[in-house]
Amino acid sequence: MAESVISLQGLEISFGEKKVLQGVDLEVKKGETMAVIGPSGTGKSTILRALIGLLEPTGGSVFIEGQDVSHLSEEEWNGIRKHVGMVFQYSALFDFLDVGENVAFGLRQHFSLPEDEVRKKVDDLLADVGMLDAKSMYPVELSGGMKKRVSLARALAFGPRIVLYDEPTAGLDPIRTMNISRLIRKTQQKHKVTSILVTHDMESVYTAADRVALLNDGKIVAIGTPEEFRNSDNPLIRGFITGEEITGATEAFR
Amino acid sequence: MLHDICAATGAFVLNFCQVTGQMMLLFIDTLKKLKHASIRETLRQMALLGADSLPIVLLTMLCTGMVFSVQTAKEFVALGASNTVGGIVAIAMGRELVPVLTGVVVAGRIGAAIAAELGTMKVTEQIDALRVMATSPVQYLVAPRFIAISLMMPMLIVFGNFIGNAGGYFVAHYYADIGSYTYLNSIKRFCEMYDVVGGMIKGVAFGAIISIVGCFKGLHADKGAEGVGLATTASVVLSIILIFIADYFMTVLLYVDK
Ligand SMILES: Nc1ncnc2c1ncn2[C@@H]1O[C@H](COP(=O)(O)OP(=O)(O)OP(=O)(O)O)[C@@H](O)[C@H]1O
Ligand SMILES: [Mg+2]
Repeated sequence: MAESVISLQGLEISFGEKKVLQGVDLEVKKGETMAVIGPSGTGKSTILRALIGLLEPTGGSVFIEGQDVSHLSEEEWNGIRKHVGMVFQYSALFDFLDVGENVAFGLRQHFSLPEDEVRKKVDDLLADVGMLDAKSMYPVELSGGMKKRVSLARALAFGPRIVLYDEPTAGLDPIRTMNISRLIRKTQQKHKVTSILVTHDMESVYTAADRVALLNDGKIVAIGTPEEFRNSDNPLIRGFITGEEITGATEAFR
Repeated sequence: MLHDICAATGAFVLNFCQVTGQMMLLFIDTLKKLKHASIRETLRQMALLGADSLPIVLLTMLCTGMVFSVQTAKEFVALGASNTVGGIVAIAMGRELVPVLTGVVVAGRIGAAIAAELGTMKVTEQIDALRVMATSPVQYLVAPRFIAISLMMPMLIVFGNFIGNAGGYFVAHYYADIGSYTYLNSIKRFCEMYDVVGGMIKGVAFGAIISIVGCFKGLHADKGAEGVGLATTASVVLSIILIFIADYFMTVLLYVDK
């Protein structure tokens, strides 16, 4: 069995009294894309924020490439973050930089590449996400879906070994969604990246993911391949995939 | 009732200590990261906030110089001390009025802008995005602003002194009939370079206060747009209070028993 690049062991995160994650166990193997699905507000973004050191676990532990990163200092995290890309749910583009500079940010900060190489990388990525025409626009001039795609390009630009996608296709039209899902697949195959893909969109799970985990009430309640999920008769899974009224499922999603 | 008051006072004191401590930590962290601050960004910030605040600083100082001169000139002429007016205006402006008022104006103009800018970045997760991209917000955002304001303050103060004294002279000359030679000679006799330099030193400290408070309040903004608004107001109020407190101690250090 391949080693786990990302490993969550009984991860707990609370905000004050409120326990959001209540013992999440998850192993993501090298080169694997793990989709995490689940109802709104169960803590999918919270998992990603714990994985990049924006939130400190209140219990359990987080391992990245074998290293226990549960309680690292900011300096120690920065060493790890140079290999991890993250697509924020609400894009979080730097509004003082234009699209091209946003994408180039990681490259400029941590690699001293010649200018034409940076430009080529940025152009390639923007072309991949269909945003090359908008290269010199500022984030305020972009629509939500456009920001999302720039944010994706920014996360991939510096060649991370691990990528965390927080709903990269939310708010995109079906064709763009398909393109982005394929891009995620392509990135995984070409650069052997390990990734976690948080999404509400089953199509992109089928296209891009190797395995899926269903998060509900702060716990992983089911895990399997997209095929297994598609054919599952677990009411929670069926309810989530089809959106149908299924006894037990809708209660859980309230 | 009494219990409530005690609890509220206790909470206030605790909170005050915590905020002060956190701000000291930010200050120390900023000092550590000064040498890694981007020179380009620092220069850009200096140009931005210099251009932003120079007009209003000049206007404030011109008015202050004129008012001060109106208030003193006629009285002193009546007392037969017309040869002291220039010196008095220059010393008061150089030591106290220009540095403190420039500090207040810059806190309102620049400190507020910084708190709003960083606060917006905080609530839109841009600060998180910086951290995720292994870039320290202190190094990338705070350090350049800290250097820029701390260096711009003394420069603004030099300009403020010029225009303030010019305003003082103008009023003394045309309103109280004090001759040009008398006025300028009075400045020369009573005022030393140190009166202005001390004010500039104060300016550096006030600049440090304004930038650290503005950045701190911005970086700790939460709860969306409302939080940004609160951070902005809080940063101005706190900066001004700290400037007045610092001014007292710096005056004692710089000018008493010198
Ligand atoms: N900073 C915070 N302070 C307090 N509570 C928080 C904070 N961040 C998140 N929460 C709570 O944690 C829970 C999980 O939030 P999270 O953003 O991880 O949900 P999510 O699964 O990503 O939902 P969505 O699909 O809507 O993005 C929510 O109930 C939210 O109220
Ligand atoms: Mg989320």
